[in-house]
This record gives sequence, structure tokens and C-alpha cells, in this order.
Amino acid sequence: MYFGLSDEQSFFQDNVRRYLKEHATIDNIKHITSGDEKNLSAEIHKGLLNLGINGLLIPEKFGGLGLDLLFAAVVSEALGGGVGPTPFIASYVMAPTAIKHAGSKSQQENYLSKIATNEYRFGVGFSEFIGKRNDAGISFSDNTLNGRAMFVLDADDATHVLLTDEQGQIFVVDAKSANIEIVKLTTVDKTRQYSEVVCNNLEAELLKNSSDSTDPLIHAIDAGRIMLAADSLGASQTMINKAVDYAKERKQFGRVIGSFQAVKHMCAEMAADLEPCYAMVWHAAHCHDNSPNEARLMACHAKAHVSEMSKGISKKATEVHGGMGFTDLLGLHYWFKRIGLNRQILGSPELVREEAYKAQI
Amino acid sequence: MDLEYGPEYQDFTKEVQSFCKKYEGLSFIDSSNNPLGSSGGSGGPKMSRSEWQKILIKNGYFARSVPKEYGGYGGEADILRSRIIAAEFSKSKTPGAMGGQGIDMLVPTLLEMGTEEQKQAYIKPTLHGEMIWCQGYSEPNAGSDLASLQTKGELVGDEWVINGQKIWTSTAQYSQMCFCLVRTEPDAPKHAGISYLLIPMDTPGIEIRPLVDMTLNAGFNEVFFTDVKIPAGNIVGKRGEGWAVANATLGHERGSLAPPDATMNRVNMLMHLMKKETLDGKPLIEHPIYRDRLMQIQGKVLAQQSHALRLLSAKLNPGTDVKIGKMIQKLTGTELRHELEGLAIDVMGEIGTLYEDSPHLKNDGTWQFIYMYFLGLIIGGGTSQIQKNIIAERGLGMPKEPKVEGA
Ligand SMILES: Cc1cc2nc3c(=O)[nH]c(=O)nc-3n(C[C@H](O)[C@H](O)[C@H](O)COP(=O)(O)OP(=O)(O)OC[C@H]3O[C@@H](n4cnc5c(N)ncnc54)[C@H](O)[C@@H]3O)c2cc1C
Repeated sequence: MYFGLSDEQSFFQDNVRRYLKEHATIDNIKHITSGDEKNLSAEIHKGLLNLGINGLLIPEKFGGLGLDLLFAAVVSEALGGGVGPTPFIASYVMAPTAIKHAGSKSQQENYLSKIATNEYRFGVGFSEFIGKRNDAGISFSDNTLNGRAMFVLDADDATHVLLTDEQGQIFVVDAKSANIEIVKLTTVDKTRQYSEVVCNNLEAELLKNSSDSTDPLIHAIDAGRIMLAADSLGASQTMINKAVDYAKERKQFGRVIGSFQAVKHMCAEMAADLEPCYAMVWHAAHCHDNSPNEARLMACHAKAHVSEMSKGISKKATEVHGGMGFTDLLGLHYWFKRIGLNRQILGSPELVREEAYKAQI
Repeated sequence: MDLEYGPEYQDFTKEVQSFCKKYEGLSFIDSSNNPLGSSGGSGGPKMSRSEWQKILIKNGYFARSVPKEYGGYGGEADILRSRIIAAEFSKSKTPGAMGGQGIDMLVPTLLEMGTEEQKQAYIKPTLHGEMIWCQGYSEPNAGSDLASLQTKGELVGDEWVINGQKIWTSTAQYSQMCFCLVRTEPDAPKHAGISYLLIPMDTPGIEIRPLVDMTLNAGFNEVFFTDVKIPAGNIVGKRGEGWAVANATLGHERGSLAPPDATMNRVNMLMHLMKKETLDGKPLIEHPIYRDRLMQIQGKVLAQQSHALRLLSAKLNPGTDVKIGKMIQKLTGTELRHELEGLAIDVMGEIGTLYEDSPHLKNDGTWQFIYMYFLGLIIGGGTSQIQKNIIAERGLGMPKEPKVEGA
């Protein structure tokens, strides 16, 4: 019995971490998020592609690395830790998972092998299946889609988008079609892109095995949720590290603030809240691939629980920094905001916990 | 990640399951002085607690790695088998072995640091439940700051003569023995002046005054020592080394206070209750606000269960770094259990306040009782605040408080 990461997983994670540390510096993140350096994010994306992040979950027969979701989770954790300004969760986790489970043989072959070569990159818009907001919703008839999908992930510059209708059927659409409108949304988290996709009689290809079962869709959504939990896990750990380091340096009343118990206890609480989240995220990822009975429960609870813990951590870590924590200058807010988005995307804690309940009755 | 235990463990699991089946519904003819101790079931065999301990040991389901000559089963230490035993018993309707400060804290300490004579004398009766121990650490003026304790021990001839007072001593009124921290080297620095003594509770000069706690049980006591004389050999470790011995024992206590599997059993019990009990004609579980609170807690418990697997794996695979992971157990485990029991009271509302033998009591009133009991465990064994100091200072490397002169 071994509960933890393999050497390969740790090694891969370290590579992503190191790459981000070097290339996604705070200065670069500032440039990217203020929009004055579009090439910079493309470069970082390319660097990560060189490490192989696009092929993680693609079976070897289609040219991928054929790894499991835990592998993707540790990459996601590293991306959260370094606020990686790059597509990942939708393009390289949710889309391959959805296509693997919902695609016919030929659809799998066609799409998965092209994701592996980076010829295709997918955005994913499944939000409406989880909870539909005003004016949103996609309907399918006569091989075309009409309607609007909100908070589509990783759609910016994608070649294709996966969309779903209310029945949970999954469709591939061409992101360059004249009948699609991809509108960039501005959220607080500018390290990643979120879009709205409007379809006007947009030609769509149904993924064959999604027409009679929502299982593939749910499977892909849960994979995405585990990735978001992992991203928040990494982001939270970075915030704790920064808070603890700062508390050991900053002096007030003639002593370092880390010797004040109020500060120390905030740090201890953050650590105590986060520590079990590692095991939970790993366990959820493992169950996703290996334990169908627990998979749903673990994915939903991991998403909700890590979101709750991270929200508290992002607040406390900011407080430990005093006024400095509130500044744009320090950049701590990139992590705060990333955690804020992860919490709402693919189901806020209350919605996901309701699914967790329904998964066990 | 590999959560399979391996084929030999599957057979072992079946063996434990069939053992549990055989003794299903076992009940005890004597009462427990541990309020969380199982009262047994019904419809199964009847026997004394001590007889049950012996059967469990004989079959290797308790004291598995304790050598035979000290009354244990004499098996290899096998973390996975221990885990399987714990898991299967907790799933079954068969009571597990009894615990308590003697079994959980003193026995491991003696195995690690006791003399051969001490091991021979104390371990067997303790494991059999025939020798109950209490922990004499805290004093009126030495709680969190335990090392400031003042109960005196003087070596006169070949006897220790002990004078002073202990407080909050759980189960002292039922105990045969006390493992006790006593200042024997008054001139040495605070931590270096303490010895770890083993005191028979029937020694003349010991007075025990039960203290009723908020659950209305006398869970703990004041213990007064007036010229209490015990043999010089009743010391674990050397003179002045009691602090190190005590810390080894505290480690055992902190790990065992709030296992997440037990908390998950209570979550399941609460879910069952919420499906049965109604509010305005609707099962409690169908009220979204209560349901969400239950799910929040279930998520927390799941996280702790996964975390426990990680810690288990770290024991099996030396070299895994789980330092902070171990330090958080007492804090997070006791706080979560308290929160869960409190939720049960909330969802039941007024009904949740019923206590003792009131009409309409649910689950024998255990929700209120354990809710309060765990507040005791949040304070006892090192308060939550002290746990946070430990996590911050030893786990995160944050600086200590500046010292006050004379403290
Ligand atoms: C149910 C129960 C059973 C017990 N059983 C036993 C037993 O069998 N044997 C035994 O020896 N003892 C036992 N104890 C005693 C227990 O170990 C002490 O109560 C505990 O260590 C706290 O000490 P205190 O009560 O003196 O509180 P204090 O130390 O006076 O603490 C009071 C408050 O001050 C805070 N505080 C103190 N120091 C610090 C600090 N440095 N930083 C931040 N906050 C601080 C505490 O967290 C607490 O909130 C038991 C206690 C309980 C509640």
C-alpha cells in the first residue's frame, strides 16, 4: 500500500514548478494580466507544451503519455502554485476526458491524436449543465446549436469548443466558424481566460456516446473539479508560504510579527486547514480512475472542501501581510483571485455539495 | 498511489470479519468507566470486559505486537493488519478492545523506556483491563505550562516521598495505578528537574476528590499526596528525565483522541437520523440548509480520512515527510468531532437539548453528551491554542514568544 505521489509524478510536478518560477515571474504575470504582453503568455504556454502537458491524459495509441488523473492533478497544483497563465483544465483535462468517454472510435482517434500534437486545442463550456444563469443555455436541433454558453474555459485562441445542451449531450464545434461568437469576459482572475460563446445555427458534431448517457459529461466535469481543487491547493500553499516568510521578516513593536500569537495562530490554522486537502485531492483523483463507487462523492467533496479552505486561507494570508497584502505591487492578489474563480467555476460549494448528497442516496 | 493491501491481507480481512460475526452483539456484564467505551450490543454472548480483552489478545486483534511474555499476542508489528482490525471492528456490531490512559499511553511508554521488571509487572494486567491507570500530570498551577509542576518527590532511603497536588486526573477514582510527573531535582532547570514515577493508588497518604464536569459525570479528580511513600524503583527513565518520557506518552495520546473513522461513523448515524426525524412534516435531510451543513462536515471528515491514509502510508514507507501532517491531528480531529456533534443538536433544535433520561431522547442522548465531552478533549491533552503554537513553531519554523523573566 502506498498513498502518495510516485517519483515520476513528483518529478513532473517539479519541472512545471521550476518552469513557472523562471518564466511566470511576478513581473511577467503583471505584464500578462494588464494585457500589454500577449506573446508572453503564448510563450509560457509553449514552454509548458514542451513539458508535455497537452498529452498527459491522451492514450499512448493516440500519441499521448497515457497517464492518470493524479498526474494531471499534480500539474494543476503546480499551475495554481505559480498562477500559471495558461490553458490547462479545459483543454488538456476536461476535453480529453470527455472525448475519451463520449467519442466514437473515429472521433477519439481524430481529436485525441490532434490534441496530442497540439494541432487542435479545445475550450470547454459545460457550465449550464451544472447551473444555468439568466439568458444562458444551448439547444440542439438539425445538427446545429443555438444559444449561449457562459464561462467557457480555455476558449481563447482555441481551435474547437466542446459544448453541452441541457440533456448533457456533448458537441464539438469549430471555434473559427462564422456562426460562433466568442466574447471574452473580464473576471477578477486575469491569469486565465473565461469566455462567453454564442451560437447562431452553429454546425455541431455530436460525440456519439453522449446521446444516451450523461456519464461521460459528468465524468469530464468531475475531472475538471478535481483539477480546480488541485489548483486552489497549490495557490493556497503559495499564499501560506508567502505569509509565513513575511511574518518571519517584518518587524513591529521591536519584534518580528511572526512572534505574535495572533499571527502565529493564523498561520497554524492555515496549515491545519490545508494539510488534509493534499490527501483529499490525491485520493479524489485516484478514485476517479480506479474506484467508480467513490469517484463522484470524492470529486464533489474535494471541489467544495478545498474551495472552502482556500477561501479562508486567501483571506488570512492577505491579512498577515498587512497593508502590503492589499497592494497591487506585491501581487499576492493574483493567488487570492485565482482561488476566488476556482471556487465558482464548475459549481460553487453549495451546488457541488448538493451533488455529493445525491451521489450517495 | 496504490491503495491495495495485497492478497494476504484480503484473507486476513475475511478472518477478522468472521471473528466479528461470531461475537456479534456481545454485551458486557460489568460497566465501563470510559464514557465513550462501548456498552456492547445485545443478543450476543455475555462476558466481563477483562475476559473479552483476553479473547481479543489470544486472537491477535489487540496488543498484537506486544511480546507474549508481557501478555500480548507476540506478533510482528504490522501496521496494515492493525488498520484492518480497527476498520472491521468499527464496521461491525462487535465491540473492540478497551482503551484508556494505561493501554494507550503507559503501555507504549513502558515498552519503549521501561525496565524489564516494570514491563513484567505492569503490562499484562493493564492489557487485560485489570489494572487501570490515571495520568498525574496537571496541577492547579501547571496546565499548559506543564513543566512548571511543583509536586515534590524526595528520595529518602530506598523510597520516594511524594507531597503535592494533581488536578483534572481522569478516572483516578477507579485506578489502581498512576503514572505521575513529580519534581525530584528542585535545583535543576525547569524541564530537567522532573521524574516519571509509577504510584499505586492505594498507597497511604493519597486522597482522591472527584470533580463533576459539565457533562455531569465525575470524569476527573483532584488527587492530593501527603507523605506518600513508594519504592525507589518505581521510576521510568532516570531521575530528571521525566520530561522526555512524558513527551513520548503525549505523542501517543494526541494521535489517538479523535480518529476520523469514528467521526465518519457518527456522520453516517446523523444522516440516518436526519432521514427519520421530521420538521414540519418533512425529513430533516430534505431541508436544504441542514443538508448542506451535513455535507460540509462530511467533506471535512472525508479530507481527514484521506489524510489518515496518507499518514498510514508514511508509517509503511519511511522517509515520507508528514511532519505538519501529524501535528495537526489533535487540533483538527477534536474540533471537527465537536462541530459534528453540535450540528446534530442544531438540526434537532429543541429536541437536541434533551439529556440524560428525558422522554423523546434521540440516540440515547449521545449527541449532547459527546458535544460537551469533546470540548473537554479540545482543552485536555494540550489545548487547541497550544496545538497551534506547536504547528507554528515546530511545523512552520516561526519564532517563539519572547520569554518572560522567571517563567
Ligand atoms: C476532560 C479533561 C480531561 C483531562 N484529563 C487529564 C488527566 O487525566 N491527567 C492530567 O494530568 N491532566 C488532564 N487534563 C488537564 C489538561 O491537560 C489541562 O486542562 C490542559 O493542559 C490545560 O491546562 P489548564 O486547564 O491549566 O488551562 P490553562 O493552561 O490555564 O489555559 C487556559 C487558557 O489559556 C490558554 N493558554 C495557556 N497558555 C497559552 C499559551 N502559551 N499560548 C496561548 N494560549 C495559552 C489555553 O489555551 C486556554 O485557552 C484534562 C483536562 C480535561 C479538560
